[in-house]
Amino acid sequence: MSQSYDRGLIEDFGRWREFSAGMWAWVLHKFTGWVLVGYLFTHIAVLSTATVDGGTYTATLQGLEQVLVVRFLEVGLLAVAVFHILNGIRLLFVDLGVGLGSQDVAFYAALVLTAAITVASIPTFLGGF
Amino acid sequence: MSTQIPEQETETETETDAEQESSQTRRVSAERTRAGMDQRAEDELSDADETVELKVFRYDPEVEGKKEPRFDSFEVPFTKGMTVLDALIFARDHFDSSLTFRHSCRQAICGSDALFVNGSQRLGCKTQMADLEWPVRVEPLPHAEVVKDLVVDMEHFYDQMESVEPYFQTEELPSGELDEQRQDRANREEIKMSTRCIWCGACMSSCNVAAGDNEYLGPAAINKAYRFAMDDREGEDMTEHRLNIIEQEHGVWRCQTQFSCTEVCPKDIPLTEHIQELKREAVKSNLKFW
Repeated sequence: MSQSYDRGLIEDFGRWREFSAGMWAWVLHKFTGWVLVGYLFTHIAVLSTATVDGGTYTATLQGLEQVLVVRFLEVGLLAVAVFHILNGIRLLFVDLGVGLGSQDVAFYAALVLTAAITVASIPTFLGGF
Repeated sequence: MSTQIPEQETETETETDAEQESSQTRRVSAERTRAGMDQRAEDELSDADETVELKVFRYDPEVEGKKEPRFDSFEVPFTKGMTVLDALIFARDHFDSSLTFRHSCRQAICGSDALFVNGSQRLGCKTQMADLEWPVRVEPLPHAEVVKDLVVDMEHFYDQMESVEPYFQTEELPSGELDEQRQDRANREEIKMSTRCIWCGACMSSCNVAAGDNEYLGPAAINKAYRFAMDDREGEDMTEHRLNIIEQEHGVWRCQTQFSCTEVCPKDIPLTEHIQELKREAVKSNLKFW
């Protein structure tokens, strides 16, 4: 509703410290979703170098893999994708009306699992640099 | 704490002696009670083992000194079992009689005193001071226009509630004149939780989607629709009519399952669950396989 004056202390995202699990899940799902949409464009751009010839594609990929920032971005991308998938499964159950009482536990589980998978992936992504 | 405005002389010259006299006695007695009030507050505060600080949102567009929203602090003696509403009542009765908030039954059934206490929508009468972090911050419900102090305009909320036709209607009447309209136990169980709504507006205030979309029905109204759409006695035609209302653009599909409403509902109604069930019902009634 429209506010006739600024209530300062009560506005929505300024209250992030008071967010509950469901709200955090929503915020993170939106965020990771947008990151994945952004990634899709760079993904297509890199893949489209294959339309030139195989050599260009290989050279592009090898060139990118030599940049340290790209290696870290890959770890980030994995974290984002894994969380989006796991929370997507959680939302599937919410939509089916299954286990709504433990939706917060499911969110925490998704977070822990995402962290575990991300940490486990670090040797693969950063190794051999 | 001194937000009281000096009493204005409103008597006109045409007043009779009797009237003047009675208003004078009234004023004198009012002054006497106010002096007594301060004394009583001091006594009770010094007698108390423990006191708690209450930070209360103050705003009144009609009073010069209160046009800018601010917080007032009140020191209230803590007693075992004290609720936020009790503390507010103490502050109003002992320090500032202009402190304004709605309350009525004090037992979580009238739905008048939904407040924003320590960053969460709660019923003042159902929230124990002992369970909160001190000092306790009390504000009016977010996402609603503040009328004065802790009182918000509920009109929009009531409009949304009424738009889902929150009353029993059916075309399937029993044949005999004295026959009752029976509901079976299983069906009653299904709608049991949804009947508990007390129209306090806590859910609507907590909903992030309702905050951004003024036309969204909101959790309370959808829960009300659920209560009747799931009632077998209303018959199929009526159920279809109800589903038509809730599946509109600003109906159930705006819910993004943030669970904020379910989190704050003082009557523990599983609001998100009910909204999700209506979504499924809406899909089912539109899906046809042939």
